[in-house]
Amino acid sequence: MEASPTRHTGAVEATAAWRLADRIGLAVCWFLGILFCAIAAAIVIYFLVQGIKYVNLDVLTTSPKAGFSQKTTGGILDPLIGTVLVGAMGMAIALPAGIGIAVWLSEYGRPAWLARAAESTIEAIAGIPTIVLALFGIVLFQSAALGFLSRETSDGIVFGRSFFAAAAMLSLVALPLIVASTREGLQAIPQHVREASYAVGKTKAATTRRILLPASRPQVATGAMLGLGRIIGDTAIIVVLLGATLNLDSAGGVWGLGTLRGTGGTLTSFVYQNSPTGDLNQPEKAYAAAFVLMVMVLVLNAAVDVIHRRAARTGTWT
Amino acid sequence: MTTAPIQFPSAEGLLLDPEEQPLPAAGTRTSDRRVELLLGALVVGFMVLLIAMVATIFVKGWPSFAHNGLAWFGSGGNVDDQLRINDLSGQQGTNYVWTFHAWPLIWSTILIVGAATGIALVSSLFVAVFIVEFAPEWMRNILQPVVRLLASVPSVIYGLLGVLVVVPFIGNHLISETSKASVAGIISLSGYSLLAAVLILTVMIAPIMISVFCDGLRAVRPAWIEGSLAAGVNRWRTIWKIGVRAARPAIVAGTVLAVARALGEAVMLAMVSGGVGFAPNPADGLIFFVEPSRPLAPTIITHIDSLASKPSNATLYAIACVLLFSAAMFSLTGYVARRAMRARAGTT
Repeated sequence: MEASPTRHTGAVEATAAWRLADRIGLAVCWFLGILFCAIAAAIVIYFLVQGIKYVNLDVLTTSPKAGFSQKTTGGILDPLIGTVLVGAMGMAIALPAGIGIAVWLSEYGRPAWLARAAESTIEAIAGIPTIVLALFGIVLFQSAALGFLSRETSDGIVFGRSFFAAAAMLSLVALPLIVASTREGLQAIPQHVREASYAVGKTKAATTRRILLPASRPQVATGAMLGLGRIIGDTAIIVVLLGATLNLDSAGGVWGLGTLRGTGGTLTSFVYQNSPTGDLNQPEKAYAAAFVLMVMVLVLNAAVDVIHRRAARTGTWT
Repeated sequence: MTTAPIQFPSAEGLLLDPEEQPLPAAGTRTSDRRVELLLGALVVGFMVLLIAMVATIFVKGWPSFAHNGLAWFGSGGNVDDQLRINDLSGQQGTNYVWTFHAWPLIWSTILIVGAATGIALVSSLFVAVFIVEFAPEWMRNILQPVVRLLASVPSVIYGLLGVLVVVPFIGNHLISETSKASVAGIISLSGYSLLAAVLILTVMIAPIMISVFCDGLRAVRPAWIEGSLAAGVNRWRTIWKIGVRAARPAIVAGTVLAVARALGEAVMLAMVSGGVGFAPNPADGLIFFVEPSRPLAPTIITHIDSLASKPSNATLYAIACVLLFSAAMFSLTGYVARRAMRARAGTT
């Protein structure tokens, strides 16, 4: 949502002169607007209140265990690490790829038919349900060629579920947002800026890297924040491609790499399984995880706001 | 914003459009060619990935369609039993049973997505009009972050909220014991219902619509609005007759986005929709709204453990195929509709 100048169409007229139907319509507007605010406030307050009850340092720093009561099920350390890992790995793929695609679309984009096809591709990727992405990921990462990215049995059966697999598919969730936002930023830069750079002998690649991308940093950051929000909020891909296990389950081998090749869970899958409809059914733990997740989402939202405001203050090209 | 002493001829109109301007010579050096090819290869790579994905999903799902024919989309038998038998027959060996009739799942998808989209469309229009035109400054400053926040809350949190707040409320207060008893043995009315699913899904997809609608309404030419106001039409009528009509392409675009999101929503619906392959029957009267069901996307996630069984595997990929196809059809319809509107309205 670009902060456009408010349109003021003349003096504010008195609504008292309107017909009754119009006034009822305006009342409906107010009602729905307030309703949305109330829903958002209710969600935030509900989870903050529940969260404060169940979150403490112990919960955050102990690993979860299977159990039948709240006392024996441990904390949410592993899902928390899982979320951080998945977010970092997903962004490590999505950010460079997204910026690359956006640069190509905005700065090169030849031949024209390829550019149009690429645009439609990005739009299509944005419209694919994550559960379908997950099913495709299973096929992809169970292929023998990609066995080194997940667990492999000695007779060549590939498990196909790992941090690598989940992060690769999750990057597709973030990609369209990053592409759209970066492109918006690049296109807002007037052509004469590019001309000036070419005129002093810079190549197109150098212009893009040194001038255009730094200038559109706020938009890139916005896209990255939105994409990261989608990655850490996704559950379907985690359940299918990460195994949604309670603990980080290393595939063995080199420390670190084994973890990334192994299965695990994130906060979202933890909430899913600990909700009353899930397999584990420990709602208090679900509340704790949901609280942490909610805080992350709020922080990301605030970051987007800050970026917007700062970008608005430093001004634009026009 | 100081006024320049010398008026330069405005070059913006000439230079802003990269298609009309011959590309500068800077794009022709070898290092540049290399970068262009590299980025182009990246783009083509993603296109190939998308095509591979569509092909894979279709090929993997095809056996299920082939064995059932058009009856795949029809009704008949208990869909949950069929899924179970698919799974068991795959585990036991060679005697595969492929029978699968998806109608209850499809019907549930149509009901939930359709109702949520309808409600969200109307309320989003009102809210978007409110934000763009009528809300006072302070209200606008609250509403915009609120919409952004609601759009970014993870679906599993909506699901948790549904399971712990909305579902118990419906189960305890909106369903009488007599109606629970009247359908006992067939389904259980415990609050996991169409109503809960539609309510929560509406809140999930409305923010997507609102933000796209707002962009569309802001892009309407001020002159059109001012013309109508000058003719003495009040602001309310002006916005609805001129603004909303001119923003129709954006309204279609936002709706298509929201429908795609709703169709693919698996986790939240798996949590609150009831999780049984039952086709809610409108002839049941008021009970209809609180009957449980399970749409297509949640079916995949609740049966993900049976991927190892061959017939189940095909069934699940066939469901994914249907989801993919309907999402693509909605996008295509939206695209065609938007083009038709733009062509008629000149430019927007």
